[in-house]
Amino acid sequence: MLIAIFKEISGWTIPLMLVAIPVYGYLKGINVYNTFIKGAREGVMTGVRIIPYLVAIFVAIAIFRTSGVLEWATNAIAPFTRLLHVPAEVMPLVLIRPLSGNGAMGVMIELLKVHGPDSLIGRMASVLQGSTETTFYVLTVYFGAIGVKNTRHTLAVGLLADLAAFLGAAWATYRLFG
Amino acid sequence: MLNTVWVALIAIGMIAAVFTGKLDQTTNAALNSGESAVGIALSLLGALAMWSGIMKIAEEAGLIRVIGRIIAPVTRRLFPSIPPDHPAMGAIVMAYSANLLGLGNACTPLSIKAMQEMDKLNKAPGRATDAMCTFVALTMSSLTILPTTIISIRASAGSANPAGVVGPIFFSTAVATLVALITDRLLRKR
Repeated sequence: MLIAIFKEISGWTIPLMLVAIPVYGYLKGINVYNTFIKGAREGVMTGVRIIPYLVAIFVAIAIFRTSGVLEWATNAIAPFTRLLHVPAEVMPLVLIRPLSGNGAMGVMIELLKVHGPDSLIGRMASVLQGSTETTFYVLTVYFGAIGVKNTRHTLAVGLLADLAAFLGAAWATYRLFG
Repeated sequence: MLNTVWVALIAIGMIAAVFTGKLDQTTNAALNSGESAVGIALSLLGALAMWSGIMKIAEEAGLIRVIGRIIAPVTRRLFPSIPPDHPAMGAIVMAYSANLLGLGNACTPLSIKAMQEMDKLNKAPGRATDAMCTFVALTMSSLTILPTTIISIRASAGSANPAGVVGPIFFSTAVATLVALITDRLLRKR
């Protein structure tokens, strides 16, 4: 019921914004077409400005992911994850999630295919994938867009939040479906 | 910190690649990563241009200010350094709502808009302000009511109950958001 309501809201929001904002602007006497162009030009410039930041972070993450470090780390922390009732199969997903959104999505789809979406592994993979944002991507794009290089404590906060999301996801999924 | 993590990811990865015998693959992945980074940026460009255009209208019409004022009682506590009447407040509210509702490719452009508005209040350009840190912390922990992408992937994978993970996802993102807000406050001083 609640889910249906939110689905409805989320389906209506974008079309509503696309109509309401230009119409409101028009009624306020603004040249909405020219203003849109002005904003869109800034948007394009922002998109170009973030490219160097994205390249920098993608190189580092590509090297880290391909090297096989993650597999090694998965084995190293296996004793702890067993205590949390987290199946070993989903640990690569946990480690990739903050680094690469597309990479994690690929791992999740693979897990759903192999183990089935309604198995504990499939459910935990779904919850883990939905539990956090791609921390490094958010940091890179958001701060890159305004040229902020000193990001202070935000990376630490993001990784701690990822850890909290992982623990919360593991606990809730095991309680409900384990 | 990003400085250290960046060099650590590269150094650890390359050294590990030597031991795992994946040096060639790793080198190739590194060389191709630039292309995929530009690909991502290009795929973002269209949405960024469109939403920036729409938001420019909202801004000039004063709509962003109005939205910011409505939710001011909540946002003023989270972002004490932003004047309630500043467009940054409205931009933050719109960006966070888009994230909350899972509005896909509207999230990043709206969030960037919020960052740009906050940067106008930045007295030390190049350094993140407290408000930016709180906003990024909130976005990274991404409180999620409706994980649309996950539900549709589960449905297409043949799940009998694709939306069955909505509760746990809401729970874990709520925990993450709480932790993000608390650690943001605690680590800010340093």
